[in-house]
This record gives sequence, C-alpha cells and structure tokens, in this order.
Amino acid sequence: MSWFGRYLRSSIGAKHAMAVTGLLLLLFAIVHMLGHFQMFGGQDMYNKYAHFLQNLWEVKWPVRAGLIALTVIHIVLAIGLVAKNRAARPVSYAVYRPVMSSATGRAMAFTGLAVFAFLAFHILHFTVGMVQADYFHTLDPKGRYDAYSMFVRGFQNPAIYGVYLAGMVLLAMHLGHGASSWFQSLGWRHPKYPIDRIGTAVSVFLFVGYMIPPTAVLVGIIKLPGA
Amino acid sequence: MNLDARIPDGPIEQKWSKAKFDMRLVNPANKRKYKVIVIGSGLAGGAAAATLAELGYDVACFCFQDSPRRAHSIAAQGGINAAKNYQNDGDSVHRLFYDTVKGGDFRAREGNVHRLAEVSVDIIDQCAAMGVPFAREYGGTLANRSFGGAQVSRTFYARGQTGQQLLLGVYSALSRQIGIGRVTMFPRTEILDVVVDDGRAVGVVVRDLVTGTISSHAGHAVILATGGYGNVFYLSTNAKGSNVTAGFRAYKRGAGFANPCFTQIHPTCIPVSGDYQSKLTLMSESLRNDGRVWVPKRKEDCGKHPDKIADEDRDYYLERKYPSYGNLSPRDIASRAAKEQCDDGRGVGPGGRGVYLDFRDTVKRDGEARVREKYGNLFDMYQRITGENPYRVPMRIYPAVHYTMGGVWVDYHLQTTVPGLFCLGEANFSDHGANRLGASALMQGLADGYFIIPFTLGHYLAGVNAKDLASTTSAAFKATEADVRARQDKLMNVRGKRSVDSFHKELGLLLWDDCGMARTKASLEHALAKIPELREQFWKDVTVLGERDSFNQSLEKAGRVADFLEFAEIMCKDALVREESCGGHFRVEHQQDGEAKRDDERFAHAAVWEYTGEGKAPNRHIEPLAFENVKLATRSYK
Amino acid sequence: MSTLNLTLHIWRQADRKAAGKLVTYKVKNVSTHASFLEMLDILNEQLIEKGEEPVAFDHDCREGICGMCSLMINGRAHGGQRATTVCQLHMRLFKDGDEIYIEPWRAYAFPVIKDLCVDRSALDKIVTAGGYISVNVGSAPDANDVLIPKEYADRAFEAAACIGCGACVAACPNGSAMLYTAAKLAHLHNLPQGQPERLHRTKAMVSAMDAAGFGNCSNHYECEAACPKDISREVMALVNRDYAKAAWVHRDRDDKGDGGG
Repeated sequence: MSWFGRYLRSSIGAKHAMAVTGLLLLLFAIVHMLGHFQMFGGQDMYNKYAHFLQNLWEVKWPVRAGLIALTVIHIVLAIGLVAKNRAARPVSYAVYRPVMSSATGRAMAFTGLAVFAFLAFHILHFTVGMVQADYFHTLDPKGRYDAYSMFVRGFQNPAIYGVYLAGMVLLAMHLGHGASSWFQSLGWRHPKYPIDRIGTAVSVFLFVGYMIPPTAVLVGIIKLPGA
Repeated sequence: MNLDARIPDGPIEQKWSKAKFDMRLVNPANKRKYKVIVIGSGLAGGAAAATLAELGYDVACFCFQDSPRRAHSIAAQGGINAAKNYQNDGDSVHRLFYDTVKGGDFRAREGNVHRLAEVSVDIIDQCAAMGVPFAREYGGTLANRSFGGAQVSRTFYARGQTGQQLLLGVYSALSRQIGIGRVTMFPRTEILDVVVDDGRAVGVVVRDLVTGTISSHAGHAVILATGGYGNVFYLSTNAKGSNVTAGFRAYKRGAGFANPCFTQIHPTCIPVSGDYQSKLTLMSESLRNDGRVWVPKRKEDCGKHPDKIADEDRDYYLERKYPSYGNLSPRDIASRAAKEQCDDGRGVGPGGRGVYLDFRDTVKRDGEARVREKYGNLFDMYQRITGENPYRVPMRIYPAVHYTMGGVWVDYHLQTTVPGLFCLGEANFSDHGANRLGASALMQGLADGYFIIPFTLGHYLAGVNAKDLASTTSAAFKATEADVRARQDKLMNVRGKRSVDSFHKELGLLLWDDCGMARTKASLEHALAKIPELREQFWKDVTVLGERDSFNQSLEKAGRVADFLEFAEIMCKDALVREESCGGHFRVEHQQDGEAKRDDERFAHAAVWEYTGEGKAPNRHIEPLAFENVKLATRSYK
Repeated sequence: MSTLNLTLHIWRQADRKAAGKLVTYKVKNVSTHASFLEMLDILNEQLIEKGEEPVAFDHDCREGICGMCSLMINGRAHGGQRATTVCQLHMRLFKDGDEIYIEPWRAYAFPVIKDLCVDRSALDKIVTAGGYISVNVGSAPDANDVLIPKEYADRAFEAAACIGCGACVAACPNGSAMLYTAAKLAHLHNLPQGQPERLHRTKAMVSAMDAAGFGNCSNHYECEAACPKDISREVMALVNRDYAKAAWVHRDRDDKGDGGG
C-alpha cells in the first residue's frame, strides 16, 4: 500500500483527513452564510448575486465536485472510524458514566448523519427544486432566476423554517465538538489559546448567521417584492 | 561452603579497573550462542537483561507482574546518589564510598562499595542519555538534593517518583531489545525453583500465572534480581507480590544466604489504621527537612486534639535527644526513637502507634503555598489515605519495614556460591552492610545491572562451552520440576479452613513483635519456637481454592507464604546469633546510653547460612570483613 | 470508626474464553478507613470462609505507582476520584448501603483473563515498537553536556508520569490508547535526546497502537479525566502534529546493510 493509503488508514491520518475535510466544508458554510445576508439588500441584489454564481460555471462545477468529494471522504472515513471504535470495545460496560466528554461530542455520528440528511433536503429544496417545485425556476423582472422570492416563500412556511432550524441546531451541535477538534487533531494546541472554546464560538456564529435571514423572512422584515 | 569473595588485589581505587582487565571476554560473534536467564525486571534485572542483550547474548527475562514496567523499583520516591560533585561541595567517589560504608555501620565489603561509588557517575550519564527526566535547574543542568547520612548534595531525583522514572528508562532499553528479538520476555511468569546440575546453575522452573502451566527453561547462566524479602513481615512498604521465593529456593539448592537479620525500618510511614490493613505507605524522608516530630509529654494528652496541646506539653524528642541532627537523624535511630515513645504509652492515633510529624511551624513561617509547592503531592497522598488535611492537622507517622540489606551471598562478581547463579540488586546482600542510606538502593540496582554484570557474566561464560546448554529433559530438570509440582499439589490438597493471608498476617505480627525494630534473646527464642508451630498449622489448615492449572492468585500467595514461613526461621536465627547492635539490627541487650553498640571484635563479618537438608539446622559460615580504607568508628548523631 | 455494609456487583469470568457475568455479593463491616482494594480483600476472606473462590483482581504496590490495579467502579475508571488509582481510593467516599458495580477494563485489546484481570500486553507492544532512545549502555556523554531547559524537563516529566494502567483506554468511549501512546511520545519528544528518532518513533508507535485494535481518538478527553497521573490532552496534540510531519515529509528508514569494513 502506498504511504498515503497507509496514512489514511491510520487512526491519526484519518483524524487529520476528518479535520481537513471538515474545516474546508466549514469554510464553504461560512461563505455560503455570508452570501445570504444579501437578502437584506432586496430582490435585485440577491438575484444578481445568485445569477453571478450560477453562471460562473468554471468555478461552480469544480466547487460542487469538491464539496461532494469532501462530503464523501468525510462520511466514508467517519463510517470507518465508528466501525473501528465499536470493534475496539466488543463488550460494553454494565455501568458507564462519562465525565469529561459532551453529549454532542459523543453524538457526532448521529448529528453528522442528520446534517447529511438535512443537506439532502436543502439540495432538493433549493438546488433541484423538488420540495417547493411551484416556486422553483420562476424569473424576476430582469429575466434572472428569482432566487430571492424562492428564499422568501420558503421561509414564510413555518414547516420549512422548522426544518431549517432543526438542521442548523444539528449543524451547531456537530460543529460544537468538531470545530474544537480540528485544532486538537491537527496539533494546534497551546495553553495560551483556548481552542476548546472555539467549537462553541463557531457553532453560535454559524447558527446565528444562518438563522438571521430566514427569521427575518418569518417575522416579516424581509418580504416578497411588492408585498 | 566456598566464600572466596574474589576481591582483586591492589589499592581500592584500582581494584575494579584491574578486575575488568583481568576478566576473560566472549567473542562478539559467540555471544548469541549463550543463553542467559534473568529473573526479575526491575532496575537490576531489567538493566541486566537489556545490557546483556545489547552485547549480543540471547536473553530470556521473567517477571510475575503483567509488564516488566511494574517491578517494585518503581515505587522508590526520593532519588539516586552519584558522586558527580556537580554542586562543587566537596563530593568525590571516595566520599560516597566512605559515607556508604559508614552508613552501613561497617558491615559491607569495602571493594564492592568502592566500585559502586565509581560507577555511580556513569549511571547518571546513561540515564540522562536514555531520556530519564531528572529535575533540572533553569540553566539546564541537573539539580541535586540532600539526603540522610551525607553532608553533600549528591542525590539526583525526578520529583517524588525517581524510581518510576529510572525504571521506565530500563523498561525502554529492555523494550528495544524485545523488539529486536534479543530478549524474550515472559510476563506473568513466576520462578518456582532453580535447577542445579553437577554443582552449576543450569536453568529455572517457572509457572505461567495465567494458565498455571509449569515449564523449564535452560540457560548457560541464571541471574536472580528478585528484590527483597520485607514482606516476610506481612505489613511493609513493599508491593504485595514481593517475595523471597527465588532467593530462598536458591538457598535450598546450595546458595549461601547472608545476613538475613539486616532489615531496614523506615521512620516515616502512614500508621496502621486497622486489622484489614494490607500494606504501609511511605512518606518520603524529605518531609523531615521541614516537619517536626513530637509526641505529648503526658500520656493523658494522647487522646486530645493536637491543637489543644500547648508547646510546653509537647516532647520534640528527636530534637531533645539528638540536638545536632534533630529531626534529620538517620532512619534506624529515628525509627527506634518513635517506638520508644509509643512503648512509653505516649503514642498517638489508633492503638497509640504513631507520632506527629508537624508542619505547623513551617506553614506559619513560609506560608501554605510554599509548603504545597514543595510537598504538595505527598500531602495529597496523605490526605487521600487518611482523610485528614496535613496543612491543618499534624501528620501521624510510624516506622515500617522498608528494605532488606540481607540477601543471597555473592562475591565480587555478583556470583552466588553456586557457579552460574548470579544475584543482583536488593536480592543480594552486598553493598549496604547493616543499614542502607537513602537514595542508594536505586544506585545499587542500576550499577549491578548496567555496569557490573555485563563484565562479570562474560568472564564466567568465557569459561563455559556454548554447546553445553542443559537439556530441559535432563534428570536434574525433571527432578526439580517434579519437586515443584509436588509442592503445588501439596498446597492444593491441604483443603483446610484458613486463608493464606490469615497465616501471613500472623507470621508478620509475630516477626514485627519479636524480630522487628528491637530484638532480644527472649523475643527471638520466642519467635523460633512459634514459627515451626505456625508452619505446621499452615500445612494442616490452609485452604487454596480454585484450580491448580489456571489463574489462581491464592495459589501464588500460598507458595510465597510457605517460603516465608521457612525463611523467617533463618532470619530469627541470624538475629539471635548476631549478639551486637548494628544498623537496622538492634539487640536490646547491646546498647550503651540508649544507643546501639556494635561488636567489631566478634561480628565484623557477614554471616552466611548454608542449607543442610529438610529438618536439619542450617550451618552458619562467616566471611570476615577487612576495613583497610575506612576506620572502624562508632556512629554518633548527638 | 464507622463501618459500611455494601452490595457489590462484580464481574466473574473463569478464563479468557469463558462467558462472564455480574455476580452480586454482600460485604459487611467494612471500615471507612479501608482502601477499596482492602474492601475486596475483606470480601475475599469472607468468600474463602464460605468455600467460594475469591475474586481475582490485579494489584501490586498499593501506593498508586505500579499501575497494576485496574477497576471500573460504578462506570468510572479507578472509581472517579481525581488523580487517584483504585489502590488509593478509600471507602470513606462511599455510604452505608451503597451498591457498587465493579467491572474489568473493557477493550478489544485488553481481553479479560479472569474476573477483573485483563491482559494489557498491547501497551507493552506500543513501547516495543519505538518507545525508547536507541543508546547502548556505555555510550553516554556526561549528563551535564546536554543542557535541558527546566520547562522542557518538567514537561517531559509530566508526560513520563504515566503509570501504564490503561485507565485512559478503559474510560475512552472508543477504547482508544491515544493518551497512553502520546504520553510516551511526549516524554521523549520534550527532550533533546528524543529528537533524532522523533518522527520514526511517532510513526512506529502509532502503527503499533492501531495494530493492537485500540479505537480512534475522538477528542472526548475522558482519558484525561480518568488519568490517575493527570496527564494533559496537550500530549495528544503534540503527537497529532508530529504524525502529520512524519507521514507527509519524513522519509522511511532505509535499512540497507552497509556490510561494514
């Protein structure tokens, strides 16, 4: 086996890969989140932004391919790690009382899968257009896809809002452990820097950032054009 | 019994160099043809196994623990002496040699002790190179501290776990050789007998403690590094598994056993709290640098809270009796003084068996933070065990059995009276005389293993044909194996009512009372009358449950206790015959103004016991000790 | 002096292959000053009196340094008192009438050999793979020729304080030996003597750890909480960093024989 294959199969190599893929996915998530704030700039601004991204196909497809690859690697490695961890304790304790670890940390596999399911929903909703097909592929006055209205109609629906809220809670839980873990897994720990608190900070930042535009829609601050 | 110590001629400074040059060597290509059996994986055994493997010998190493890293050397707290003179305070090889001979109350062999002092400096270099994290100064050099019995700072240390750090160094070297395949390691395997054929040691019989399988292993030489026999007293600071079996079996196969009555009692241990007590925990001697030892002046104050006892009602007896050394008097003296106060009815705590070690004045002077910085770990340990806060309430301490200077007799080459059978570390008798100084046990173990046995064993093996490896199917092996099996069956088949521990406790109590800190003719005779009775009872009434051929901790203990029950007798005999007080051996009849009185006219020798057969009295031989470089003098600490 | 009456649920298993189960025992009149292992001694004496085989458990020094004792008590490795091994855990922490579950360390790499005793030889194998400095006896320079800043020596010591008990593995939700392996590595890698073999050693020991069947570290730090010697999670970060370097840029050892002169 090549050194790289051995590396990815080693416990620490797999952790490195989990950390790096997770970190890159987070960077995307941050940029993605920031983009949503253009909702506050109105239909024209948001659709211009969406149109720009949609037509930047030299970047769009490589980014999509990259995101898919990162997600697949992250999940495949996670499945491998979980399997090894289960095998490492074939007989479980009758009584087991953890003290230091967080419930979210121990639920990484669950939150990870749930976030993945949420992503699938999200892609079906906004990329493929299967969830609210009626609002998909409508055009704005300038002939661009009306992403703005699609966004507003989506979150005016409390059920959809609820799904996204749940998705963001799960993502925040996942990152609460994950974001601190990168630093530890890549060895970036130093007593001067409180890396164990970074996870919470990143989760809160992302959760709040993602939930502001949808909430603004739900409470009526962001409205359909002309409404 | 041939007790030629084979000490080289010439001035003491040149003896070891001369011996090394005179020794025969084994050709590097031939070394792998020699099989060496090492029993024990502590500082002495582990170091020997690793070093011999580095040289190229084919080594098999056995330990009863589940990993070689757990040998009891690990529990040593204080430090290791070496004549480095890094502090520029006048230390030298000769001074370490002198202090050790004097500290041993002139009952050790000069030649051995000088060699020990010589190689002490190499030990520190070697350990540092292996990554032992010794304490350092800010400038990066090694730090030293002082210890009892010396006026120079020559003790190297790693906080309160010097033993563990040195042992991890040994364990790493040993692991390296295991990885290369030059050492075959047998953990959870206990030696049950030594095989002697035609007067030479040719192998061992061992028991796999997991499966109970008995097996034989042949070697061109056998090295015993099996530690001390302090557990004969049941309660001691030794690990629960420490035992005398290897040394005692060797004795029964013809090896002389020297000075069994030289046992060391450490003055600062946490006192016994009840009859369930299974072991005693040492509190480092370093505490006596700042703690003040006292008991109430009046018996009726003993039950009072210490805060309620005014200063003028306290007896700081060490400061009173030994004004110049005070609380830092040597171990044997401090121990006996504590016993005297308690015998006088002024002991404190449960059963009146304890004295106070009080840090009140130090806390007042330096503040709690400073004390915590110095002794925090020890104070925490004390609190965990006793549930009392030693920053507020004085510690209670009492002496406990800690180390045994006696052991299998060895010559300058560390060979026993059986050719091919060597003995290292605490298991042998060689270097500490009648009293060991603090921080010298680690030094001796590593000296024996790293720097002495590699030469002397080569010298022996050079005279042995590599083709002459005994066969484990030979008559000698078969007979020894049969003995071992018979013993196991005998233990299993008593099927009495009493547990092994109950006998061990009874033996321990008897020895502690009769052959402990103070011994008299009457007490020793009492013990010598009682031990055979107890032994007889043991073989009638002990019960060992479980299977013989399986993991059976009761059977392990039973074998060890059976040996202690026999060994205790020669220990008491030795104490009875040695009609003098020296070091750890205090005969009440032999004192002057309350201090131990040595008798150099009659007892400047090592007493060596020879086994003569079942039910027969052993013979006592002597190896006279000559003091040519250190003048015999009475120790005084007043 | 107060005493306790306790109900114990103890794992009993005849040997490596046998099926085991929790068996309930009552133990009476245990002094609160007794240690946990002394409480088990008392139980064993009571069992022997009844002609029942005593419970096997590992122990040796009983002063918290040999690392032999290894019990999961009420779901906590070594019983859960901070920086304390079972042998130093005292019964005053329990109440009269308490029920106590006592189980062996559970890990694939630590098979039970009898009752509460497990085989921890996997830990030795990790050290055998590289947990040493390759220096033969006799080849050392003077100890003060190599200066080591006190801070580094102290950090090396703190990692080297590991007693190899395996509590980190037992407490880890994944049965990972990461804290143990990292402590061994961090001890040597905070010292100049450890540098020449640093990356090779990291790779070799991590491989041995993986090969033994331990789980993966998921940064839960249960190990740190269970460690009787308070070894910090920092040591694992150091190894994670070193391992990246070892994997990506370190050349594997070239063991071509040079034949000599």
